[in-house]
Amino acid sequence: MNEPRFLPVVPTDHPPACAASLVHDFTPELISVGAHQLCPGCGEPMAIRAVAEAVAELGLTRSCIAVFGIGCSTAFSNNLDIEVVQALHGRAPSVATGITRMRPDVTALTVQGDGDMVNEGLQEVLHAAARGERITCFMLNNGVFGETGGQMTATTVLGQRTKNSPEGRDARHHGHPIRLADLVATLDGAVYVARGAVDTAVNVQRTKRMVLKALQAQKRGFALVEVLTMCPTGWAVDTTRSARYMADHHARIHSMGVLKDTGGGRSR
Amino acid sequence: MSAGTLVIDTEACKGCELCVDACPPAVLVMTTDRVNARGYRHPELLPGCIACKACTAICPDFVFQVYRYHPSEEDTR
Repeated sequence: MNEPRFLPVVPTDHPPACAASLVHDFTPELISVGAHQLCPGCGEPMAIRAVAEAVAELGLTRSCIAVFGIGCSTAFSNNLDIEVVQALHGRAPSVATGITRMRPDVTALTVQGDGDMVNEGLQEVLHAAARGERITCFMLNNGVFGETGGQMTATTVLGQRTKNSPEGRDARHHGHPIRLADLVATLDGAVYVARGAVDTAVNVQRTKRMVLKALQAQKRGFALVEVLTMCPTGWAVDTTRSARYMADHHARIHSMGVLKDTGGGRSR
Repeated sequence: MSAGTLVIDTEACKGCELCVDACPPAVLVMTTDRVNARGYRHPELLPGCIACKACTAICPDFVFQVYRYHPSEEDTR
């Protein structure tokens, strides 16, 4: 005997039989394999999806080389249908610099985490920005070293509990967080600096517009988009509460928005 | 009346429930009595989808395919 249901469930195991158009497919064009090994509720796939969709939209598929740093996001490089170079810890902007200097026709972008870019390779990104290298950097900022188990990074906000700051980050012992996008925006070589987030569907769309603008700005100089991502595993919060947690803690210090755009014209 | 529908790849789902919170008409619910092969609960669709793509924008595991129904002749008349 079937259990009575309060509302009928719509069958969702096959496409609709009546006239309907597909408005969004499972994976974008450039993500070849959907299944990945990142944790439930991770924000990084949404950010990397925005990058892959922007690359496809701008027609850069055949002339784009992505440089991945070290972190959870590195596991995603196998799923992408873009040429990928694997760089050492924090050295992705330098590798991308080499690529654009030898192949000026190629669009070089880097995908790095906050531990990779801010802790391990801060000078690489700062010098690349100061030199005005024609590369685009994407930093997935979740405030923890996710790959090694959720330790504190330089972007962890004050009061946030991590594996090695169980009482919360304390400014007297651990110092203050670094706001990387604000730091890079002060450098003259950077032409486009923005900070987005993937906690809501609206913010995902805003972030995608930032990614598009950053890739277009690459012709003029250095571009950076910092994307705040959720890490429910590293933060030890429930997946359903992680978006709210990020808005309350992380996004308060790392405020979202376009921090620098020298191309003229206002953008959101 | 639904304006669209979804195809849900339940085996790819990891049960994070982000789509349930993101859905503006609140027509996605998690299963209570069934799990997929990896042991995760997965979303189910109730009538009333508006094909807004919020679920697929927020989904980390690329579980959703969104279809929008073509307007019928009565609607366009």
